[in-house]
Formats: sequence, C-alpha cells, structure tokens
Amino acid sequence: MPDLGKYALEVALAYGATGVLLAALVMMSIRRAARMRRELDRVEARRHG
Amino acid sequence: MSIWTYANPVRFMAFTKPLVPVFGALSALCLAVGLIWGFFFTPDDYRMGATVKIFYIHVPSALVAINAWFVMLIASLIWVIRRHHVSALVARAAAPIGATMTVIALITGAVWGQPMWGTWWEWDPRLTSFLILFLFYIGYMALWEAIENPDSAADLTSILCLVGSVFAILSRYAVNFWNQGLHQGASMSLDAEENVSDVFWYPAVVTMAGFVLLFAALLLLRTRTEIRARRLNALLLRERMQDA
Amino acid sequence: MLAVRAGGGFGLGLAFFLIVVVLVPFGVGPETGRLALIAPGVLWIGALLACLLSLDRIFALDREDGALDLLVTAPLPLEALVLGKSLAHWLTTGLPLCLAAPALGILLNLGWPGHLWLFVSLLIGTPALSLIGAFGAALTVGLRRGGMLLSILVLPLYVPTLLFGAEIARRGTEGMAVGTVLALLGAVTLGCLAVLPFAAAAALRVNLR
Repeated sequence: MPDLGKYALEVALAYGATGVLLAALVMMSIRRAARMRRELDRVEARRHG
Repeated sequence: MSIWTYANPVRFMAFTKPLVPVFGALSALCLAVGLIWGFFFTPDDYRMGATVKIFYIHVPSALVAINAWFVMLIASLIWVIRRHHVSALVARAAAPIGATMTVIALITGAVWGQPMWGTWWEWDPRLTSFLILFLFYIGYMALWEAIENPDSAADLTSILCLVGSVFAILSRYAVNFWNQGLHQGASMSLDAEENVSDVFWYPAVVTMAGFVLLFAALLLLRTRTEIRARRLNALLLRERMQDA
Repeated sequence: MLAVRAGGGFGLGLAFFLIVVVLVPFGVGPETGRLALIAPGVLWIGALLACLLSLDRIFALDREDGALDLLVTAPLPLEALVLGKSLAHWLTTGLPLCLAAPALGILLNLGWPGHLWLFVSLLIGTPALSLIGAFGAALTVGLRRGGMLLSILVLPLYVPTLLFGAEIARRGTEGMAVGTVLALLGAVTLGCLAVLPFAAAAALRVNLR
C-alpha cells in the first residue's frame, strides 16, 4: 500500500465513488439485458409453441 | 459488404454477440493494469501529492463523457438521414453511460479540487460546461422515457440531440467568456495532456483505453437490450391484436 | 394568434415575475448593497422563469381543439406558423417582462444605467427565449405530462442567452463597456431565429404524424 500522505481521504473518496457508480451502471445494464432476454425468449417460445 | 450491413438488427445481434464479453474482458484487464500501475507504482507529484492518482479516473471518464455525446450525435444523424433503427437505439443506449461518466468526472474533479483549490466547487469554465453537459444528458434521457411511440421518440430525441449539440457548444464558449469576464482569465484547471510527465502518462493511457473499452462493451450490451425490448413490445402488441 | 390573445394568462407571467422579485430580499436579506449587486442576475432569472411558465400553452390549446391539425394542412408553411406562434408568445410575455423589469429593478436597488441596459438586454434576449420555448413546446406537444419535461428540456438551452443577457445588465450597471456582449447576445437571438423554426416545425410534423 503506497503512502497517500495527507490526501488519503480524497483519493479514497474519488476511487470509491467511481467504483460505486461504475458498478451500479454495469450491474443495471447486465440485469436489464438478462431480463429482456428472458422475457423475449418466453414470448418467442409462446409464439412458436 | 459495407458497414450498413449491420444496420439490420438480426445481423447486428449476430455480429455483436461475441464482442460484448471480449470488450468487457479487455476493459477489465486494462482498468486493472492501469489502475494498479497508477495507484501503486507511480510516485506522488511534487505539487499535488497523492491527489495526482485521481487523474487516472478523472481524465478517462471526462474523455468518455464527451465522446458519448458525439456517439449520440452521429447515431442521431444516421437515424435522421438513413432511418436505421439500430442507430437510434445506439443513441439511446449511449446516454446513460455518458451521464454516469459525466457524474464521475464531476465528483472526482470536486474531490481533487477540495485540497488543491480549497473548495469543492469552482465555477471554472470546464467544470461549468460539464455540469451543463449533464443537464443535457438528463433532458435527452427524459424525452426518450416520455414518448411511447418508438419512431416518434427516435425522431424527437434526434432533433433534440442535434439542437442540443449546437447549444452545448455555444454554452461551452459562452461560459469561457463569462468566467474570464469575472476572473480575468484566472483559469485553475490543469491540462493533463500538457503538464504531466511520462511516469504519470503511461498508466493514464492504459486506463483511458480501459474506459473506452468499457464504454464500447456497455454500449453494445445496452443496444442489444434495446433491440430485444423493441422486439418484445412489437410481439406483445401483435398478440394483443390477435386476441382482440 | 387570436387564440393566444383570448387564451389569457397574459397578466400571470407578470404577476409571477413580481412575486419572484419580491421574494428575493426575504431570501438573501434586506441590505441594499447586496441586493444591488445581485439585481441584474435576479431580474434576468425572474424574467426567464416567468417566460417558462406560459411555454406549454404555445401549441397545447391548438392541439386540444384540433386547430393544429388544420394549421398543418394549411398552405402556410409550418416554419412560418412556428415563427408566428413565437412572436405571439413574445408579444404577450417577453415584451411585458421587458417593460416591467426596469420598474422592478427599483425594488432591488438597481443602479441607474442598469435600468437602461437591463431593458435593452431583455429586449434583445427575450425573443430567443420565446423561440427556444416554442421548440421545446413543439417537442412535447403530444405528451400528457409535458409541462415538467418541457422545463427540463428548455432550461439548459437558455444558458447562453441568460449568461450574455445578465452579463450586459451587470456590466451596464457597473459602467463597463457592453458592446461585445451585446453583439454576442444579438448573434444568439439571430441564430435561434434562423435555425429553431425549422427544428420546431420538424418536431411538430413528427408529433402530428
């Protein structure tokens, strides 16, 4: 762990906030993608079945 | 075989299917390498101390935030001119990513500004224009959400994107003028490309590549989701019509 | 155009403007020096918000009674209709605000040459507000909850006009040269005049398809 000196809080805050926001964006994208794929598969199956 | 082949949703889906995990994995690799390199193996800057490490996320996110708008603009133009549905959906998919990147750039900028400028927020031209950019993203996404008919939504958001781009550029220069009028050109922002030395520059390039790849992966993933959502709605509508 | 005049809401924008200006001293305190300092900006923002209030009426009334569908098929090009509607909105909202602003400036202890420059900047700037507003109204005319959305879409577009307009009023009050900013504000308004009727007409065509 490098010594962040007196700016440790700021650096941690910046990395933390970025991590949270990016994780939220990625998670939301993936979950919505999965839900759409599931529902579309269901409707397509009903249509052909 | 031209690029317009992929304007067909089926071909687009087939072509992009393997690309999403590839871009995602490459992005994760670049981000891991770049951030670990930048965080653990670079010295502190003699003026800024450890806060220089914030730039490994601040600069790439700002880069993606602006270029996401350009992607929206070009995709909107393609929709207006050539009426390819995939293009309109690419524009829609880009907006939330761009908005998130804008927020990241603003937050990291504010956190950096606190120890450096002694204030969380400074009405510096760059910061201000990013805030305005965020407002444009919000308006654009809100308009997409509000309109039910997909083609009307694509048309109207495209018009908004074109007009909004002109006003965003106008605001960028207007803000420049306004701030210099008040502060006599006392710009405090730091131009990373010009000032930093190679030690900081190389890991920054790697993280930039990581952010751009992340944008590409998310853009494709979200566009694929939008295409599926569009098809799902069309199928449900058809079922309802048959039942009635 | 008659419909706009009969539509009412004429005095409401002015009343709103008055109330906003009266509320400001309660928010920031009664010291005259401080009020004089912020007066140009407050008056510009007040005028802008008052302008925003009546935007959704530009096309909504004609849309409801079906007049808009008739106007689209009329021989008059849609761009001209947008221009006419913007002009009507400016005459009923922008112009009264221009005339009232210097008077309200007294309440905020605005310095003398400031009244003149406030009036001039509003006179040049408010047509742009009406044109941008007509564009926003054209985008949202088909929507049920259009009012909120309209504000979100239109306010960021107001940034350049507000910025230059308030800058003119501020510089005028402090006795600085205003020529350059005046030219820039004029350029923004003329640019809006040249481009936005086409964009608004395109949006109207989409909404009436």
